[in-house]
Amino acid sequence: MATRSTLPPRTNGSLPRVDGPLKVTGTARYSSDYNLPGMLYAVPVCATIASGTIAGLDTSRAQSMPGVKAIYHRANLGKLFRTAPPSGFSGIVDEKRPPFEDDTIRYYGQYVAVAIALTFEQAVAAANAVKVTYKATTLNVTTHFMESEATDKPNVDSHRGDPDAAFASAPVKIDQTYATPTETHNPIELHASVADFDGQNFTLYETTQAVCNAQDVMAQMLGVPVENVRVISRFLGSGFGGKLWPWPHALIAAQASRNLGRPVKLVVTRDMMFQNVGHRPRTQQRVRLGATPQGKLVALMHDSLNHTSLLDDYSEGCSEATPYSYSVANLRATSGMVRRNVGTPTSMRGPGAVPGLFALESAIDELAVELKLDPLQLRLLNEPEKDEGRNLPFSSRHFVECLKVGAEKFAWSSRTPGIGSMKGSGEQAGLTLGWGLAGCSWIAERTEAQASVELLSNGAARVSCATQDIGTGTYTVLSNIVSERVGISNDRIEVVLGDTNLPPGPISGGSWATASVIPAVLDAVDKAKQTLFTIATSGPDAAFPDKKADALALENGKVHLKSADASTGVPFGDILAKASVRAASGQGKSTGTFGAPDRKFSTHSFGAQFAEVTWQPEIARLRVSRVVTVIDGGRILNPKPARNQIEGAVVMGVGMALFEATRYDIRNGAPINNNLADYILTTNADAPAIDVTFLDHPDLVLNPLGARGVGEIGLAGVAAAITNAVHHATGVRVRELPVRIEDLLAAPAELRA
Amino acid sequence: MELFTYTRATDADQAVNAATHADVRFVAGGTTLLDLMKLDVERPTRLIDINRIGLDTVEKLPNGGLRIGALVRNSDLAHHPVVQSDYSVLSQALLAGASAQLRNMATTGGNLLQRTRCMYFRNTAMPCNKRAPGSGCSAIEGDNRTLAILGASKDCIATNPSDMNVALTVLEAVITVRGSAGARDIPIGEFFLVPGTTPHIETVLAPGDLITHVTLSAPRPQSKHVYLKLRDRASYEFALSSAAIVAELSGGKVTFIRVALGGVGTKPWRSHEAEAALLDGPAEIANFHRAADAALRDAHPQSENAFKVELTRRCITHALTLATQSASTRSASTRPA
Repeated sequence: MATRSTLPPRTNGSLPRVDGPLKVTGTARYSSDYNLPGMLYAVPVCATIASGTIAGLDTSRAQSMPGVKAIYHRANLGKLFRTAPPSGFSGIVDEKRPPFEDDTIRYYGQYVAVAIALTFEQAVAAANAVKVTYKATTLNVTTHFMESEATDKPNVDSHRGDPDAAFASAPVKIDQTYATPTETHNPIELHASVADFDGQNFTLYETTQAVCNAQDVMAQMLGVPVENVRVISRFLGSGFGGKLWPWPHALIAAQASRNLGRPVKLVVTRDMMFQNVGHRPRTQQRVRLGATPQGKLVALMHDSLNHTSLLDDYSEGCSEATPYSYSVANLRATSGMVRRNVGTPTSMRGPGAVPGLFALESAIDELAVELKLDPLQLRLLNEPEKDEGRNLPFSSRHFVECLKVGAEKFAWSSRTPGIGSMKGSGEQAGLTLGWGLAGCSWIAERTEAQASVELLSNGAARVSCATQDIGTGTYTVLSNIVSERVGISNDRIEVVLGDTNLPPGPISGGSWATASVIPAVLDAVDKAKQTLFTIATSGPDAAFPDKKADALALENGKVHLKSADASTGVPFGDILAKASVRAASGQGKSTGTFGAPDRKFSTHSFGAQFAEVTWQPEIARLRVSRVVTVIDGGRILNPKPARNQIEGAVVMGVGMALFEATRYDIRNGAPINNNLADYILTTNADAPAIDVTFLDHPDLVLNPLGARGVGEIGLAGVAAAITNAVHHATGVRVRELPVRIEDLLAAPAELRA
Repeated sequence: MELFTYTRATDADQAVNAATHADVRFVAGGTTLLDLMKLDVERPTRLIDINRIGLDTVEKLPNGGLRIGALVRNSDLAHHPVVQSDYSVLSQALLAGASAQLRNMATTGGNLLQRTRCMYFRNTAMPCNKRAPGSGCSAIEGDNRTLAILGASKDCIATNPSDMNVALTVLEAVITVRGSAGARDIPIGEFFLVPGTTPHIETVLAPGDLITHVTLSAPRPQSKHVYLKLRDRASYEFALSSAAIVAELSGGKVTFIRVALGGVGTKPWRSHEAEAALLDGPAEIANFHRAADAALRDAHPQSENAFKVELTRRCITHALTLATQSASTRSASTRPA
């Protein structure tokens, strides 16, 4: 194993995004920015019931409206197929039913028809003019879950020891149920498809976090060979997991393009974002903790339920972090699903771990209160030596350091434990303060990837991979790595991403795109260098005649003999130009860890979240004033976009704790707050001061640079840190998110100023 | 969205003359109307753009009052030096509303006529007596957390969403309207209607009436102004409860008081009951509680919003506390959000 000193220096420090200028000048082309000659516009018709069947569908008026080219529905869209079971990260789709497959309505907003017209406005008018009648049946969007509703016996996700007996005999017990609401992904960029069928091949401009998977799914569902489908996603206005797998609108656009022989654009509207493209399902989680009076955990049981749709099984996976978070001899984590008349759920940033850690880290805080122990001390007392769930050593776990560094930065030692006992001063004069903390973690994995690197005769370089940049900085990180390895500046490097014509790359999900692509790019650079050295030592015009390729080195963009000083180097562009070769290229490859057999290590990122809330009981006003986050995310390749990820996640965590919840009308299943005014997200005015620290310990088990991803971990634990702080300030323990004014009005009156 | 024609008026008379039938709408900032047209809630056949008819200035009147043109943008009004100094409650309320982008577009007249944010009003798949008279009210047995506890009827519980209207209510603004029969003045207290059995009729305006001005009477130099808005998040959200206060004290006694509430009433809610409980009494917390109780005596909460009664009680009490405490202690506790 390499030691830290053998790692290449981080020459680039904290570089700005290479794609920044394109984005701020509006020249970055997002999927919905593609306007192709002859393009038509598609606007879906959405069901206004959540359960029942279509009794009648009258398109006569719509069809005769100006500009209308077609109204498609079950009877005339044409055949679409279902996917075969997925293999690895290919062929994955959460809503498996092809659009319009039958006349049954299973959730509010389900697509029942689509209007295709010359202009967007004409398509909207025509979609509104399609008259649909329904035969409604009883629906179920009830918020609360009962165990008896579970689709099957709960799945035992992890088990060790005898948790029932250990809990029964534990001197101190916590037994509480926590819930997180349905949350809707609300990236700024709406889902969009621009589909172009040329008679044989589909070119699909998609808002996808996984072009390779989209290519496979679309080919299967359209019923064409995979090579007939090209998926392009150059820029994404984020996705938060909602754009990982294809959704029905993409099929509708592609099929309409095939039927009409013209490009078709379909942009999902904001209200459709709440019903047709996934969501984080509501979770309901019972956590039982047993401990000794000294604070040693002896039993942990975590039983979670989440809702899913009528046709698809989506398990949120709330147990993800439970088995390895703490040392406890007796543990059981189970999960189950209940069915509701809602669209199919999907991954949202930190699926499983984020709601799961809200429950677990709330329960740990409740145990600390019960034991009259500092919640930080309680966590230190239960730090595991290894991953007790998998019985494997951690590749790199620095959770204790996260807690200690965070405590120092937050000044945790000055916390007084009494409820409402801390008062603000200065700008916070007159306010009650609450301080809370929570631990967090997230899986660290990598998947297979390939990449191509070309060293060009003009002295520039090009790196390409099919993987897409969800907006987190993949363009920047790949540019930085090539810059570092080749020794040329970022402005001489072209990064090409988001196209299935390029070497296959990973999904932008699971926080593993960076960790997965880097080894492939490093391998590609090495291979390109070998090609370059061979050219430099071959032929009559060789720059280094009579030398062996392995006698050469590349530094600062110049090739020199290892035996000579670097200053004697010849620019690689000159070598290639002289040889009349356009490019020395290398194809790199890396293997995955996800699901690999014979694992020797448990690989995870860790972190600690410290939150301060201010509380004005006289007007029931609660705000988050400050968050200190310490992340053990491996070696950080470029601190700037990495910090940006954590800060954004903390802001999202404030929303999860205090604001976000998709509310379904109980009578017709409509997500009734389906817009950005009624679905409350964090605004800038709600964003706290955020202090981010990266411990920067390389995880060399995971990849040669020791880098893990940081896209999701920043959200984990934030909600629990905030609700723990809310309890400290107000005495109100909120176990069902979000914290509402209603909950806080119940704060004990004696704590009121 | 339905097809509609669009014309630009060059002056108020032309606009009024063009508005000959009920499905004509004037459009100014468009911040409510265009949204509702996209949702198919508003279906005008003809839009008359009034952005170029003038009426966009704020003028001091010889009697000391202030005349505000109907086309004055919310941002400009909020930052107008006379409004900031003499009618601070109006400035505070405007700045508590919407977002900077919306305030830059929204106009004084448009804000007066802002439609409710009731989610069922916006969902055309569900009944709503305000949108489709006689179809029923979906909110009463639905998601009504944000809706009214004062002035509701069995046909409608939608709130008036405006912050500005609450401030104009305590300032006892007069609204000048031009219609086919000429100009007339309407005191704001008579301008808005409670829903009763006709929730689709929200004001006393007749079809084709155009608001031209809002007039405030001469400022009261001794008065203190407070607008306190309570909501889930710190910005860009309608009030769950708000209170506008104009108060004058003499020798510790309340000698002048105006109280109005937002976010809880079907119209901007003037509380004469709270004012009566406060007038001529000492400016002390017990009286503030009494005033709050008086304001909420007829409160009728819905299934999801009983908390608004207690929240509003605290809102009124705290706003009165802020309005009656000395200037030095006031700055510390009127922090935004």
